[in-house]
Amino acid sequence: MKHPARIFKEAIMHLFKKPATCGYPFEKAKVMPNFRGRIDFDSSKCIGCQMCVRVCPAKAIEIKLSAEQPPAPAPVEGQPAAPVKKKFDCIMKLDRCVYCWQCAETCPKKALIMTQDFELAHVDRKELRRHYK
Amino acid sequence: MSKITIPLGPQHPALKEPENFMLVLEGEQISGATVNLGYNHRGMEKAAEERTYIQNLYLIERVCGICSHSHTTCYITNVEEIAKAETPKRALAIRALFGELERVHSHLLWLGVAAYEMGFETLFMYTWRDREQVLDCLEMLSGNRVHYSINTIGGVRRDISAEQKAEVLKRIAYLEERTKYYVKIGTEESTILARTQNVGKLPYDVAIQRGAVGPTARASGVARDVRKDEPYLIYNELDFKVITHDTCDVFGRLVVRVLELVESYKMIKQILNGLPEGPIAVKVPMRLPAGEAVNHYEAPRGEDIHYLKANGTDKPDRVKVRAPTMANLQSVAYMMEGGWLADAPLVIAAIDPCMSCTDRAAVWDPKKGKTTVYGWEELRKMGIEHYKRRGVDFSRL
Repeated sequence: MKHPARIFKEAIMHLFKKPATCGYPFEKAKVMPNFRGRIDFDSSKCIGCQMCVRVCPAKAIEIKLSAEQPPAPAPVEGQPAAPVKKKFDCIMKLDRCVYCWQCAETCPKKALIMTQDFELAHVDRKELRRHYK
Repeated sequence: MSKITIPLGPQHPALKEPENFMLVLEGEQISGATVNLGYNHRGMEKAAEERTYIQNLYLIERVCGICSHSHTTCYITNVEEIAKAETPKRALAIRALFGELERVHSHLLWLGVAAYEMGFETLFMYTWRDREQVLDCLEMLSGNRVHYSINTIGGVRRDISAEQKAEVLKRIAYLEERTKYYVKIGTEESTILARTQNVGKLPYDVAIQRGAVGPTARASGVARDVRKDEPYLIYNELDFKVITHDTCDVFGRLVVRVLELVESYKMIKQILNGLPEGPIAVKVPMRLPAGEAVNHYEAPRGEDIHYLKANGTDKPDRVKVRAPTMANLQSVAYMMEGGWLADAPLVIAAIDPCMSCTDRAAVWDPKKGKTTVYGWEELRKMGIEHYKRRGVDFSRL
């Protein structure tokens, strides 16, 4: 059965409704608790196993030795010298990252921290290469 | 009347995707159409050979934005088949849930696009606003709106809590209400009827002959659905109907998709209410034994086929993707013949094309540094020679 202008009533009703969109740059965007954002790095936990580098589908992570290494602990008499914990840096290329969080889920020491940071746009490309120390 | 050939595309012939249709026109009527692909080749299959199985998950997900879950689920079924992994029941149920949520969002998107092509922008606005509800469900459960990345080898990455379940059910109830309204609009509104009835005819036998899949085939009366024909995940435990329609035109495709939405809501409720308890993932080693696997999956657009060959390392030897649009494109050329030029965008949009998924093959000679197009005869010769080297002779066929 044909009814012309069947949607007319619905369209008129919508004139008196609130907008379905949110005015994002002017009001805060609502982020779901599960949302996958930027990955942060905790240098004190990293053991340099390179697991995150191996699973990253976008080749966005580099883990390398820090320029400054912590001093070796003072040797205790009669005991073998304790191994020195090396310090690692993380270079995260935000322009390559696809924000899948596979690295953070693979990390055995939870050195990669999941954040919900999403406002990462930048006019300078160099700023997208974050060096976490 | 003299014939004239005009190109439709590659700039946005129907959807915002590049493909080219050469239409032979007699006046305003189309008397012949050829489809040209290859504007969007991204070399994904080759790239997949250089990545590990877990990295490929995120690559394969990007074959298509709208059916991202379909492609990964199909790929991961192959991986798990070769690895002989026992995926937990709860993980399979969550995958099926995502599959259905994805179907809902894809069909609502299509309904909006089709309404837009008809010049019925009011409906386009309402369907896309309602689609936000299901996208919010997906974001809440997985973390992202489009690339959910819920699959991992051996299971899924995130569990579903009781609050999430209640929230999804609430939103699905709202969508059910709205879909009832769209069924009414779709079958009664004279704008839609005038634009879709008897447009883009694809009779039953032609649909079979040209290998149409998904809603395009079902609208021609072909009851073909992988979920029923060869149930995967947990579809054999769910109660649903295969929707078919016998008008064989764009109107039939619209009705099939809208009624499939209703079936999907039914399935989502069944899955959520009977979610099995247990772990959500098992550990699978990084290296897979050598082997081959082929699997198919009912994506929102039709049957999606993946082939995977493993060679004993942590990287695949070959990944082959046959996206549903590839199967449906043959029918588009038929559907446009005899129709009007003004209907061409709607007919193309009616198969819900996704050209980025489809573009796979290009021949590039690195020595000469140029691309070549092979004709049918040359391809046939190459194929016969290739199999001859492997000891199979096809030359007499």
